[in-house]
Parts: sequence; structure tokens; C-alpha cells
Amino acid sequence: MAYIVMDATILAQLKSAVGEHGLVVDRNQVQTYECDGLTNFRTTPAAVVLPRTTAEVQAVVRICAEHAIPFVARGAGTGLSGGALPAEGCIVIGLARMNCVLSVDLENARITVEPGVTNTQVTERVKAAGYFYAPDPSSQTVCTIGGNIAENAGGAHCLKYGFTVTHVLGCEVVLPNGEVRWFGSEHGVVDPPGYDLPGVFIGSEGTLGIATKAVLRIVRRPETVQTLLAAFHTATDAAQTVSDIIAAGMLPAAIEMMDRLSITAAEAAVHARYPMCEALLLVELDGPRAEVDAQIREVRELCSMNNAWEQRLAQTEAERSLVWKGRKAAFAAMGRLASHYIVQDGVIPRTALPMVLAKMQTMSEETGLRIANVFHAGDGNLHPMVLYDASVPGEEDRALILSYDILRLCVDVGGSITGEHGVGREKQCVMSYMFHEPDLATMLRVRHAFDPQNLSNPEKVFPTPRLCGERRHGAYVPHPAEAAGIAEVF
Amino acid sequence: MAEMLVKIEPQASVSLPMPLLDKCVHCGFCLPACPTYVLWGDEMDSPRGRIWMMRKSTIGEAAADANLQKHIDNCLGCMSCMTACPSGVEYNKLIEETRAQIEESTSRPLPERLFRWMLFATFPHPQRLKLLGVPIALYQRSGLQALARRIGLLKLLPKRLQAMEALMPTVPLNPFRTLMKVSSVKTTRARVGMLTGCVQDAYFGHVNAATMRVLAAVGYEVVVPKSQGCCGALMVHSGLEHEAKAYAKRMIAKFEEAGVDTVVINAAGCGSTMKEYGYLLRDDAAWAARAAAFSARCKDVSEVLAELPIEAALAPLPLRVAYHDACHLSHAQRIHAEPRALLAQIPSLDVAEMAEASLCCGSAGVYNLLHPETAEELGDRKVQHLLDTHAQALVSANPGCLLQLQASLRRNGHAELPTFHMVELLDASLRGLSVESLLKRHNQGCRRDR
Repeated sequence: MAYIVMDATILAQLKSAVGEHGLVVDRNQVQTYECDGLTNFRTTPAAVVLPRTTAEVQAVVRICAEHAIPFVARGAGTGLSGGALPAEGCIVIGLARMNCVLSVDLENARITVEPGVTNTQVTERVKAAGYFYAPDPSSQTVCTIGGNIAENAGGAHCLKYGFTVTHVLGCEVVLPNGEVRWFGSEHGVVDPPGYDLPGVFIGSEGTLGIATKAVLRIVRRPETVQTLLAAFHTATDAAQTVSDIIAAGMLPAAIEMMDRLSITAAEAAVHARYPMCEALLLVELDGPRAEVDAQIREVRELCSMNNAWEQRLAQTEAERSLVWKGRKAAFAAMGRLASHYIVQDGVIPRTALPMVLAKMQTMSEETGLRIANVFHAGDGNLHPMVLYDASVPGEEDRALILSYDILRLCVDVGGSITGEHGVGREKQCVMSYMFHEPDLATMLRVRHAFDPQNLSNPEKVFPTPRLCGERRHGAYVPHPAEAAGIAEVF
Repeated sequence: MAEMLVKIEPQASVSLPMPLLDKCVHCGFCLPACPTYVLWGDEMDSPRGRIWMMRKSTIGEAAADANLQKHIDNCLGCMSCMTACPSGVEYNKLIEETRAQIEESTSRPLPERLFRWMLFATFPHPQRLKLLGVPIALYQRSGLQALARRIGLLKLLPKRLQAMEALMPTVPLNPFRTLMKVSSVKTTRARVGMLTGCVQDAYFGHVNAATMRVLAAVGYEVVVPKSQGCCGALMVHSGLEHEAKAYAKRMIAKFEEAGVDTVVINAAGCGSTMKEYGYLLRDDAAWAARAAAFSARCKDVSEVLAELPIEAALAPLPLRVAYHDACHLSHAQRIHAEPRALLAQIPSLDVAEMAEASLCCGSAGVYNLLHPETAEELGDRKVQHLLDTHAQALVSANPGCLLQLQASLRRNGHAELPTFHMVELLDASLRGLSVESLLKRHNQGCRRDR
């Protein structure tokens, strides 16, 4: 095992930038930052800094720019695509200490926060006044606004309310050269003229700079919320119900689907008393009472028409939050069923759901690896989880290959390789399956306009020969010369 | 940038069972639940980071060095992360095992060793605590304490001794009285044995007395086995496994002699340890089965009381109180609803919930003596949330939390805000005490048992 020790003069500069308590360099400590929510890839950073202000972030980035040291921003490290995976010899800039709510402006329905504030804390702060922050990734109690912006985070309720990009009115960004700029409006003005720079920045996965403040839109809590659980014998019936609901002209706040494996795991974690079935739909409607009451009747009829054998309406707020707690814990709860798993994030047209689910079942049988499914059915955003045991030689590789095969299947039916988790390190080799060279080259030109030195979260998003080999469509395959020990990749 | 490759030589390491480590899927749901992560925002001081360090050391990729020791020491052991964990990681087993191995393999500086020795030579010994009560009572009642605090003399003491002075409860004048057996006047539901505890016995005798009265009032026969000693919680939490096992065996033997159906515990920290005796002694052929049977009989007083509705008349107690969850009750024992349900039975009692209710108050056994700055920060945070509720009193179910919160209230200039154990309120209601007389007892500062 080897790791890189940073030059003493650079360390001294970093220490003066963030103070003694803001710099972490001892091996046993920095290694806790070697991966995020995706543990299949790990790199020990050279140092970790924990700034408390924009000025400190800026000072660190300037040092990086001066010495051409790569840097990787990190929030709570919950990402599932390795977006916060350190680069070789990099400095990790952890933003967890920048966790203040700076101002709340209820009259204009907005709130200004630092990047280390968690998603849930935003809602907590405005809940009493009758507002909430709409994007709700499953890790919302942990994940931070900075990370949400980097990944353009989604969540169950994005079906109706939109992703992070529709809820960020402006953000302060430290650019990779150390300059500080506002993208969008510092004062929360909607859609200012000129290029939509927040649109470029949000979802750029840390490759264009680091958000250090954000003005967020908050939303009035609807008058009524109704949450329905419907149990089906087959995924096809459940999928048909989803299409029927949308076709009927309704836009529920959320439509989620869980399969038997996911229900088992979530049930073990939170005891939400889900009906045990092949496909469980969780439909939430919100809005004015009369509208919700009418629509929930219609939804229940559609469920019955598609052979739902049990339907249950959450009776209390406590019951409703328990149903959601189970759904949101489903990824992590999978640890109860398997020692290891990979969460994927493909998107498909809703109508392709039955076909894709059936195909995944076949793939699972062929490889002998279990696949659990829990996903945002309303917008066709799948989260297949490939379960495996890392102690079995070769099984981790087979699981990774299977997970990439699933992504290619999504692209084949007209979908995409990621809905909300980002490309990160994990999916970069599948990027060239989805995009042609000119598309990727255009994106790279945008990237280099912001970061000509390629320092801000390098080796993410775009496929590279070093990480993807010649076979740029899947897992890394070593060159025969490398496998034989004749040549070495560097 | 100059780069240098460093080879790690094999050094001391910890070794934990892989299945326990593999349960952690690195999702990070524990982060906002962890008091040290909330305070400091660094991965090493989060449960996920600590488990990662344990894993690295177990697989031989890192040494059990001073850094590992530091971050393991920083853990309060509140087990809040276990409540938050969707994957079912048994963090209690991981941290206790790691602590035991670190205590075996690494040494501490001499002053640190002496301080720890002093703690373990006093706290787990109720008789020594009671003897200490004599000079403490003199110090408190002679006006010396008030003088020392006023002129700032205490600031000359090392931080840890300052913390100790600040945490001292007002000791009763009759610490050596013994509790007798009590029986219900009506039909007896069952025969239960009560744990007296160490700090509880020496300085919170009124809580033990109240517990016995309440249990008797609802129909139990309560016996108090003599010379129970300490449950060993402080040892388990500090990696002193051998001592903990010896204490556990004595406790099991004493209660077996007493022949009780249930062991009732009114101190959350003790209860969570005693419920784990089965695990602590799992490899001891002679004791494993006895310990498991004993643990199965252990119950917190709120569990016992919540089993059946209280039939005796409960007088109104028009008071607004904030209920503070002791971590070793809500997280370690998953007892969250029972104390609230019991308090809800008291007419006119208004129970408020605090913000960040699941966050530790900083007490955590002897943590507030070993890490006074961290504990004070957490204590101050708790006091702020308490004041926000506009409660007239604080209620909890653990002597450690009560001491910590009393000290935090004094430090923040709110010494007048009374603190009670949950059973004290039930006792007052069952005996028809008025709010005034209940609060008066607090204001007198002296809680003599009647």
C-alpha cells in the first residue's frame, strides 16, 4: 500500500488557508475520505481540508490552481456514482462545516444556505411557516445542498415538482482558478437575462467549480396529501397502472415502485407493514382537498382495473412518513440482504417498463446475481440494485458488468444511463455508449472553458483511455500486455 | 508537487469480525445522528468513518495508531447511529470490541492513565461515592463552593477537574440509609428486584425511593438485593472488558439469590449494559446461559410500568415539562414510547418535545469528565432547545443525563430550572403532591428521602 505525501510548503500554505483544525493529512484520517456512498472505487487523497467560509475555499482552490493540484469537493459523501471519489494525489475539499442557513425570505419564498446544509434541514427551517424544499433524494436527511447542486439531485417528488435545477435561483461558485462568481441571481430573481449559467453548473458533478452559497426556492405545503399503497401480482400490472394514471391526465406528487426484494429489505429496516407482493406501487397525490379526493378515487379505480389485490391509504401523518421512511431507506437496507450491492440509475420511457423489467429478470437468471428494483416509476427512473458477495472471487466484476449491461439496455430502449445519481467515476465508461464523439467533445469544451487545467474533480463524467481502456463501453478491461505483466498503465 | 511513496510497516492493529463490518454499506445515514459529526463535520468523527478505520486496521491497511485511538475515544457511545442505520449495523459491538482491543494493545500518557484510574476507582463503587459525599456536602453547605465559584478560584484547576466540580450534584445528608423491601398493599402482580446503581444510589436516593413507591403502588413486590455493586457499564464503555465481566457475574449471582421474576432498572446506562450481559459473557461456558437468562429478565422501569394501565388514582400535576430521551434508553434499548405514554397518564401534565431530541446531551457515562469541552458544547445545545420549549422542568430517566443537564443549566444561568427523573413525577402524582411542593423540594436543593 502506498499513498502520496504532499510537499511541506504546500501543506504550510493549506494550513494558513484553513487553519490547523481545518487540515487533515494523517493517513489513518484521510483514508476515511477515500470513497463516498459507492465503495467499489477507492483512492486515498493526499490531504483533506475542511473550510468554514467562501474565502477559505477560495484560498485552497488558489493554492491548487497555482501548483496544478487536482481537487475534489465533497458534501456528506452519500453519492452513488463516485462523484466525490478522490483523484490520485488530490485535495478533498469537505464542505460539511459550511452548514449555516444564511437568510430566510418567506415573502419571496426563498432561502439562502451554505453548501453543507442538509436537504432536510432546509425543509425543517421553513416547515413551521408552511413551506418545504421540494427535491427529496432518498438520502435527504444526510446529503447536502452542495452535493445536490453538483448532481442535480432528484427524488420521489420530482415527478411533479422538478429536479434541483428548478429550485436553485442562484449560487455563489468558486471557479477552478480561484475566482468567486454568482451564477443566476444573488437576490433570487427568477430567470435573469444572459446565458443560463446555473443551468450549466447544476449537475456538472463538481467539474466546473464549487458552490459555496445557494439561493433556493421553497414551495408552499399543499393543503392535502394522500398516500396510497397498492399491491400487484406482477410488475406488468403495476407498470400499466402507472401509464394509465398519467394517461388520465393526473400528475401525482410521486409514483414509486418496489419489488419483493426491496420490500423485504425496507420492511426489515423500518417495519412499515408493506403488503408483501411482486410489485408495490406507492402513489402520492397532493393539492387542494377536493381535487386530491377526486383523483385518489380515480387512481384506486385504475389500480383495481389492473388487478391490484390490496390497496391501503395512509390514515395518519405518522403512517405516511413511515411509508416514506421505508422507501427512502430501501437502498441502505439492502445491506440486510446482501453484503454488497451496486445501485444503478437508468432512465427509460414509462411504456418500456414491463419489457425492461422482464429483460432484467432474464439477465439476473443468466448471471445468477439477484437484482432488486426500487424506482421512481412515474418518470421511468429505475434503480436496479445488483446484489453480490465481494468475498467470492470475480463476483464484484461480474456484478459491475451486469450493472453496465442494464444501463446499455436502458439506452437501447431510448433512455439514459443516469436520472439523478450522476455519471461520476462509475458510469463514465458507459458515456460513449450513449453519446457520439462530437457530443462528448462539445461537453469537454464547456468543461475546459471553466477549468482549462482540468483540476476540478478530474477523471469524472468523461470516458478516458486510462480508466476505460480500449473498450470504452463498460468496465475496465486490461490490455493483454498489461494482463501478462509486460506493460503497465500509468 | 513533490510526491513521495511511503511504505506502511506492519504495526499494532485491531481485528474485528468481517460480518459485523460488512453490515455497513457506507450510506452515511448515521452522520447527522452522530453528536461529534454534528459538532465537527469531519468523517473521522462519524460512525461511518470510525467503522472505516476499524475495517482498514482489520484488513491490515492501517495501524491502530494514536489517531484511531483518538477518534474511537471521541465517540460518546450514544448509539444514536444504530437508530439511524437502515442496514442494521451493530455499532455497539464494534465500538466496544475496538475499545477493548485498543486498551490491550496501546498505552496512554501517565496523566491520562491516572485520571482514568481515579474515575474507575470511585464511580463504580457506591460505598466510596457515599464516603466522598461527606466532604462534598461540607464543601457545598459551608459556603465554600459558593465562594470558590464566585471568586473564580476554580478556573485555576485543570479543565477536567473543573468539569468534575461543575457536575457534582447536591449530595443528600443521609446517603447511608438503606432501602427496605416494600410490598403492594393489594394483590401482588409479581416479585421484582430493583437495581440501586452507583451514582443513583449515592446521590439520587430519592429516585430509587420513588421508584419503589411507584412499583408498590401499582402492585409489585419490590426487593433490593444487598451488595449488588456496579453493573460494569463504565467498564464496558471504556474497553475494560475483564473488570466488566467480573462485575456482571456478581450482579447476576446477587439477583439469582433474590429469586425475582424481573430486574427493574431506573438508570438507562445500567439497563442497556445489563441487557447485553448475555453477549458480554457469550464465550464463558460457565456463565453464558445464566447471563442470557438474566439479561432477558432485565427491564427498564418504564417498560415494567407501561405493561398495564396504572389503576391507582393519579392526581393532576399542572406543569409543562420537556422530556429528554436518554441515549441509552431510546437508542440502546429502543425505549421511546413507554416513558411518554406513562407521563401522558398524569392529568394536567403537559409534555413538550425538544428539537434535536435524538442528540446526546454530552453526559455519556464518564465522557463529560474525560472530554469536558465537547460535553459542554452538547450540554449548552440541549439547554437552548430546552429553553425554546418554555418548559417549567426537565424530565429524563437517567442519572448521568440529569447531572449533565443540571450542570449545563447552572453554567447557562438557569440553575432554577428543576430536573426530575420520570418516576419522580409519577410518584408525586400517585401521592397527590402539589406542583408547589414538588418544585419546593427542588428549590431546597436537598432531596431527603422520606
